[in-house]
Amino acid sequence: MASTTTPTAVPTHAAVPTATVNGQACGFERISAQTSALDWLRDQGLTGAKEGCAEGECGACSVLVARPAGDHDDAGSRWTAINACLIPAASLDGQEVVTAEGLGTADDLHPVQYEMAMRGGSQCGYCTPGFVCSMAAEYYRPDRGAEAEDGGEGHECGPNGFDLHALSGNLCRCTGYRPIQDAAYALGAPAESDALAERSSRRAPDAVPTRLTTAAGTYARAADLEEVLALRAEHPDATLVAGSTDWGVEVNIRGVRAPYVIGIDRVAELRTFEVGDEAIELGAALTLSEIEERLDGRIPLLAQMLPQFASRLIRNGATIGGNLGTGSPIGDTPPALLALEADVVLASPSGERSVPLADYFTGYRATVKQADELIRALRIPVPLSPVTAFHKIAKRRFDDISSVAVGFALTIDDGVVSRARIGLGGVAATPIRARDTEAALEGRPFTRDVVRAAAAVMRREGTPMSDHRASGNYRAAMLGTALLKLHSQHGTTSTTEVSA
Amino acid sequence: MSHLSERPVNPVVGQQIPHESAALHVTGAALYTDDLVLRTRDVLHAWPVQAPHTHATVTGLRTAPALTVPGVVRVLTADDVPGANDAGVKHDEPLFPSEVMYHGHAVAWVLGETLEAARLGAAMVEVDYDVLPALVTLTEAIEAKSFQGAQPHMERGDIEAAFEGAAHVFSGEFEFAGQEHFYLETHCALAHVDESGQVFAQSSTQHPSETQEIIAHVLGRSSNEVTVQCLRMGGGFGGKEMQPHGLAAIASLGAVLTGRPVRLRLNRTQDITMTGKRHGFHAQWRAGFDEQGLLQALDATLTADGGWSLDLSEPVLARALCHIDNAYFIPNVRVNGRIARTNKTSQTAFRGFGGPQGMLVIEDILGRCAPLLGAPAHELRRKNFYAEGQSTPYGMPVRHAERLTAAWDAVLSKGDVADRQAQVAEFNRGHEHTKRAIAITPVKFGISFNLTAFNQAGALVHVYKDGSVLINHGGTEMGQGLHTKMLQVAATSLGVPLSRVRLAPTRTDKVPNTSATAASSGADLNGGAIKNACEQIRERLAQVAAGRLGVHPNEVVFDGGVVRGLSASGEHIDWDDLVVQSYFQRVQLWAAGYYRTEGLHWDSASMQGTPFKYFAYGVAVSEVEVDGFTGGYRTLRVDIVHDVGDSLSPLVDLGQIEGGFVQGAGWLTLEDLRWDETDGPNRGRLATQAASTYKLPSFSEMPEEFNVSLLEHAHEDGAVYGGKAVGEPPLMLAFSVREALRQAAAAFGPTGTSVDLASPATPEAVYWAVESARSEAAAMHRTTAEGGTGAVPEQPGASAHPMHPRSERVVGHPVPVDGPAAPSASPEGSRQAAGVRP
Repeated sequence: MASTTTPTAVPTHAAVPTATVNGQACGFERISAQTSALDWLRDQGLTGAKEGCAEGECGACSVLVARPAGDHDDAGSRWTAINACLIPAASLDGQEVVTAEGLGTADDLHPVQYEMAMRGGSQCGYCTPGFVCSMAAEYYRPDRGAEAEDGGEGHECGPNGFDLHALSGNLCRCTGYRPIQDAAYALGAPAESDALAERSSRRAPDAVPTRLTTAAGTYARAADLEEVLALRAEHPDATLVAGSTDWGVEVNIRGVRAPYVIGIDRVAELRTFEVGDEAIELGAALTLSEIEERLDGRIPLLAQMLPQFASRLIRNGATIGGNLGTGSPIGDTPPALLALEADVVLASPSGERSVPLADYFTGYRATVKQADELIRALRIPVPLSPVTAFHKIAKRRFDDISSVAVGFALTIDDGVVSRARIGLGGVAATPIRARDTEAALEGRPFTRDVVRAAAAVMRREGTPMSDHRASGNYRAAMLGTALLKLHSQHGTTSTTEVSA
Repeated sequence: MSHLSERPVNPVVGQQIPHESAALHVTGAALYTDDLVLRTRDVLHAWPVQAPHTHATVTGLRTAPALTVPGVVRVLTADDVPGANDAGVKHDEPLFPSEVMYHGHAVAWVLGETLEAARLGAAMVEVDYDVLPALVTLTEAIEAKSFQGAQPHMERGDIEAAFEGAAHVFSGEFEFAGQEHFYLETHCALAHVDESGQVFAQSSTQHPSETQEIIAHVLGRSSNEVTVQCLRMGGGFGGKEMQPHGLAAIASLGAVLTGRPVRLRLNRTQDITMTGKRHGFHAQWRAGFDEQGLLQALDATLTADGGWSLDLSEPVLARALCHIDNAYFIPNVRVNGRIARTNKTSQTAFRGFGGPQGMLVIEDILGRCAPLLGAPAHELRRKNFYAEGQSTPYGMPVRHAERLTAAWDAVLSKGDVADRQAQVAEFNRGHEHTKRAIAITPVKFGISFNLTAFNQAGALVHVYKDGSVLINHGGTEMGQGLHTKMLQVAATSLGVPLSRVRLAPTRTDKVPNTSATAASSGADLNGGAIKNACEQIRERLAQVAAGRLGVHPNEVVFDGGVVRGLSASGEHIDWDDLVVQSYFQRVQLWAAGYYRTEGLHWDSASMQGTPFKYFAYGVAVSEVEVDGFTGGYRTLRVDIVHDVGDSLSPLVDLGQIEGGFVQGAGWLTLEDLRWDETDGPNRGRLATQAASTYKLPSFSEMPEEFNVSLLEHAHEDGAVYGGKAVGEPPLMLAFSVREALRQAAAAFGPTGTSVDLASPATPEAVYWAVESARSEAAAMHRTTAEGGTGAVPEQPGASAHPMHPRSERVVGHPVPVDGPAAPSASPEGSRQAAGVRP
């Protein structure tokens, strides 16, 4: 299925950047190119959204934006909850935003607000507007209620189909969450007259080519890939920003400022989704939530990994290209993509080239990507190996960074491992393939003895270090037990993963 | 039933109502201090200059480069302070330090037209440092004998004889971590000089009176020239009991010097690197049991990691000592306490205030020793419960000890525990790589400030001519539902519908000299004061009504906005009419209320007395499942029966129990404060200084099945309308999760395996516990040793001095010296302390 969104005719560079917030037009007069959406909203007097952590971990800044619900023109829109603290305000040019204030008022509460208030879902109230927005996004999800109560892989659904993972990026320090869960599970379907539900049936706002230049720098949203490459040639020091889930942290926490930011999150050529005979192509600027939804379980290893990747709020912004672009040794997608033997498609003014992911990383936060290149897409070869698993070792089950992550993709024919691909994160300066372990498995029967021997090899893979997440000894031990755990679960009915 | 605790007919207390601000919370309309910035003109923003060293002398400080940054208005330094350069009630916390005492210590503050300007300005301030050696870990401080403050000692019975006679003696050592508050709203203050010349500071503070006193102290003004208001806080948990003062003083100083409003809001990184946390502790102990497993003796030395200054460490330590018994009768006890001084943030109050740390020691001892005694842990706990008539080691009778057993029996029955224990055993037989366990732990927590003087409160109640009621009290709202309960208390006392009562924000010019909203005491104290004020008004109105109704004033009933005689069928007057008639009869329609807790006595020098009005009780049952491959775990089910007296507000109380439990589970299992302990360049830096590295419980840590019920027949005679304090005690119910993890880890080994479990019990810690249980050499790694009369914990040195009776803290009045004075952070610090205004 060809799926590139057709660019529609939009005025080139709208003269006055404007967003619609709670139905009202709001300008960007007093902001700089670096100003976060959160600071801008609060400056409009909308102080419901709060800064709790400024790095997309707590969700107190959650707001709703109208995003395309699918990859075709009449797909309608989806109210999507995002962390307002992370994205540049200017990236909301032409977009529609709803905050807790826009959902209802004290005299006329939105159903989500009513349930949260009446069931004791707020104590100090500081995280509450963010919870309300995340909950409202799930309340309006069109296919909510379609799943069975357990919701399948990576979902924990209530009787009304509400998936608790929708709230995985919101922290509450007061309630212990039980009343918030009760509120979520008590929600019915939106009323016919509900304006926000009605809005979902219509197309989301297109991305607007934007230029916002202030003394602090420029935010530019390019119309297409050609313009991205041209802007980059013109501004070699420009920073490419898609979901801004990493860049926002640099700006907020580390005080990094960029003279020129190019927004690439809605560039059509970067948002391809193609299921072919030889490969599945995932556009680099697809968000992880979009990939989750569009794959719909087609790649079981990713279906297992994605719900464990950060939180719903982050996955609504973070892109798969961005996760590789940072070159972090502890990203959760690389171990899975290494096991899947994905290729990285790099684009530059001189064309495209494809690099196996295993060759992509060259050192700590260093890759083969040249200065004029950007990640356009990922290609995952098919057919897939049938035995796959993703083991994430972390302190917290929802929204934590891995201390160790392992992606497995094995083919076992007549009890013999004919092909083994194992990707590791968190145990070296880059994500790596566990090649010695793969060799110890391939061509041998998948028995306890072989697995034990291979596990002993795997324990010595990489160069795990000690830090605040885990000791080096524990990381090595987790490498040593991962295969044993996989083997113990192989062939038995899959049980829900225990955290870490 | 006492007059204080008795409820009238149709009381509004006891009704299940949502938080009074719930509709504002959910719509984003509830205002917090930083939300006021937009409503204030010409605000300046403050940014700290944080030292990049853990211990250093400041040898030079040049502000001029900062002033070249566009938008920078002023840099605040020690030279700007008109009063005392001192932000601590112990006079050991210079507001602008000349000696950097921890990594990130703020040495100056920059004021800018924008936050960005202030941030860039702060980066330009030039500071010269002479770097000094730093003590980072508790162990280092203990070895270096770096202690501060008092070294309290609590003793009962004949400890040596008891160990001689004990059938089993174990000893061990244990160090456990503190906890970051991580209130979602970081510290914030917004100060200006108002139209009458007074300093008006809005502050996210649990203790407005003390914030006011410190501002006055720093500015060299009297308290009557400073007003502090707290609208509400986005969480406090003790972290805003003492930490807000210096920050509000900086904002106030900036406002006075520039004539413009100053906003000081810490971002998360600043908040977590600059403000104090729950104390981590080190414990050395030996415990003696008789043949039946009854505790005969406990000898322990507790060392709290106080960080760089005293702050609230002395009363925190005192409460730890007073809770080392938890729910267990121990006839012979000796406990020594001391406070280490380390180069870390100044550790402070945190929900439970030392109580959790004291209790963790005895629960750890029982959890370790049960397998060695051959007894199931829950049986060992149950058989050592206090019985009515027994007293605590500090000499206070344990009133209502039978409630412990009542809660125990209730939760075992409601939680179907006996059947589930059998199921767990069955599960474990069938699963090699996954083990489950159920643990049951009790809580007994003393309610009142240890320092008797703090157990007082005031309130101001106005009845206006239209019959509407406005209440003010000294407590602050941080989400705990205090204001909700206070509205219910006022409506109950006046016999009016809840809708007739409004509550105005807490401010020091309405109710003076308030105590911190802390020690779970907010509702007891302020409720008592509001009830007292309302009763004064009601008695006056009753006189007027009695004349109208032709009944005796004692027989006038106020109920639901209607005033009548005892006979419900007789004549009645509407509340509104009675109010307006009383006004025309020149009856005072407002009153100041006052309350002090009766019957308290505490000698902190001897650690003896009756420091608490009553105990709050509870019992929790937790079931966990541990993955033997990773140490990962899930909390499958939690059942709790908790004693809140006759609940003043059931939805609020339920929220406190659940929220406290999950927060406690976070402390014990997940939240992992790590400082750089290497000798590298970042030694002493907090490594977990963000939400991405410091993980608090999220939805995934909520127990999968969570049943909480309130203990029945639980009237408390000594508190307003029969309720009990609930803020802190439920946190300690989370020991059940930790003990269940220990038992599940032990289940990987042979029967009778005793397991040491680190705290927090992260998946990694649990994995190592599992490994040690699986290992034949497990016993080699255990620090629990058996034999003889045990290893005697380190005893106080010659320089140790006991707690001073007033040493909890009194602002502006240095502690009279009858022991060695509390050491100062620097010579400068002590000079300033001497210069304190009377």
